[in-house]
Amino acid sequence: MKLTKNLFKKPNNPLEWYDSRTKDSIPDVPDEMCISCPKCRAIILTGDLNENAGVCPKCGHHFRLNSRQRIGLLTDADSFTEHDGELRSTNLIDFPNYDKKLWHARLKSGENEAVVCGTACVEGFPCALFVMEADFMMGSMGTVVGEKITRLFEYATEHSLPVVGFTLSGGARMQEGTLSLMQMAKTSAAVKRHSDAGNLYVAVLTDPTTGGVTASFAMEADIILAEPGALIGFAGPRVIEQTMRQKLPPGFQRAEFLLEKGFLDDVVPRGRQKAYLANLLSLHRKEA
Amino acid sequence: MEAFEHLAAARAKDRPTGLCYIRGIFTDFVEMHGDRRFGDDQAIVTGIARLCGMPVTVVAQEKGSGTKERVRRNFGSPHPEGYRKALRQMKLAEKFGRPVVCFVDTAGAFCGVSAEERGEGQAIAENLMEMSALKTPILSIFIGEGGSGGALALAVADEVWMLENACYSVISPEGCASILWKDSSQVSRAAQCLKMTAKDLLQLKIVERVVPEPADFENLYENLKTGIYHKLVDLQAFGTEELLRRRYDRFRKFGVPG
Repeated sequence: MKLTKNLFKKPNNPLEWYDSRTKDSIPDVPDEMCISCPKCRAIILTGDLNENAGVCPKCGHHFRLNSRQRIGLLTDADSFTEHDGELRSTNLIDFPNYDKKLWHARLKSGENEAVVCGTACVEGFPCALFVMEADFMMGSMGTVVGEKITRLFEYATEHSLPVVGFTLSGGARMQEGTLSLMQMAKTSAAVKRHSDAGNLYVAVLTDPTTGGVTASFAMEADIILAEPGALIGFAGPRVIEQTMRQKLPPGFQRAEFLLEKGFLDDVVPRGRQKAYLANLLSLHRKEA
Repeated sequence: MEAFEHLAAARAKDRPTGLCYIRGIFTDFVEMHGDRRFGDDQAIVTGIARLCGMPVTVVAQEKGSGTKERVRRNFGSPHPEGYRKALRQMKLAEKFGRPVVCFVDTAGAFCGVSAEERGEGQAIAENLMEMSALKTPILSIFIGEGGSGGALALAVADEVWMLENACYSVISPEGCASILWKDSSQVSRAAQCLKMTAKDLLQLKIVERVVPEPADFENLYENLKTGIYHKLVDLQAFGTEELLRRRYDRFRKFGVPG
């Protein structure tokens, strides 16, 4: 009864409720349906869009992908083995409505948490891989996200594996209070150990990568890449506009802006990513 | 006392700032300026001093007192060059075997165009990573506000202490209330929910010690002086390897499920 009553209720938090009708998502509709590209306004068949890895065939706008789509796109067939997929967040500090939010997020994303971790091969090169999930509270980092990323880096250190990570996050998860903040330090320490042991870490920043994730493992990679047009920053653009009462210049905090300012190694379109990463993995391959 | 009352005390205009602690606790303080990359951020003060005869590196976020001084200090919200200056001094501390003492007091890292285009996120990230393996003891003391990543960037330490009224949170209660409840009158409720007081954080083992605040802060400086000295001596007694293992484990344990 309660469920049907709230069925049509508008979610009270647009930042965390990722509405499937928003312009940046790929609606789950039959192939013959159309979608309008938010950038060039071209009408695209969703079937064409899916075949093109979620990139607008007309203007190259990158739509968001979920973590499984991305893993499918990037890794060799059947090479992905998931790690710690069963870990689930609990309401550690009794934050109001957090249990309900987690339940919605699991339902919406089909995932247990906001990051999927594991090992895989990219064109035959083995690596440890993490991919963050927009549909789970916009990839926010709570204790379980921090724990999964930390475990992945520890595993990779132990097995001398390179790490490839796709970041996407609204930042630290406020519903877990200061414990979320601690995940920034925890993951950074694990990245440091992995790095000091001489292992490669490549991060690919996707739209959006902000807050506590930008200020920790996203910006700590040896090689930092980004998808075209991805929003990347510490403070979100709305926060800056509100607090500074300052209109932001066009292109501010986009991948191309960060490349120009010297904070990225390259901007790599989705279609080229697999070959690009395989080449990097090959160039850093340790002699057996 | 409600969480929001602690926060109000932490933000009070007449509350002693970072430089007061430096003057009250250390002797022979020499300030060191600049990050050698871009500039000298006034929101973070760094330098070398003596504590009961022992040379130490001191890093403090400084909000400034008086309107003019506050503006010059950017209200204690550092730009990337502030964090890079702090890291530079910490690296020197490592080289010369000095322990590091950090005083944290910031509403958060500065959020504005200038900070973003110079890589605020990258600067904080680098501090977290480098501090996690800095081969010398680090003690961080929260003396006022501890705003999110901007505070953590000086608090990846072997021990973290908080003054009785100091706060440490992932987001400001104002930000939390406006995002979650779209209602800025819910600030006090948000402060309570975020578990940001010294007492809450001691319970969560995020801090090791809560320092009571006497009416007269001069007494506090005396107490802190001996407290910090003894802690640094204890930390120095661990070998480097043991020190770093303990620091790693200190953060590793937060939020391990089950």
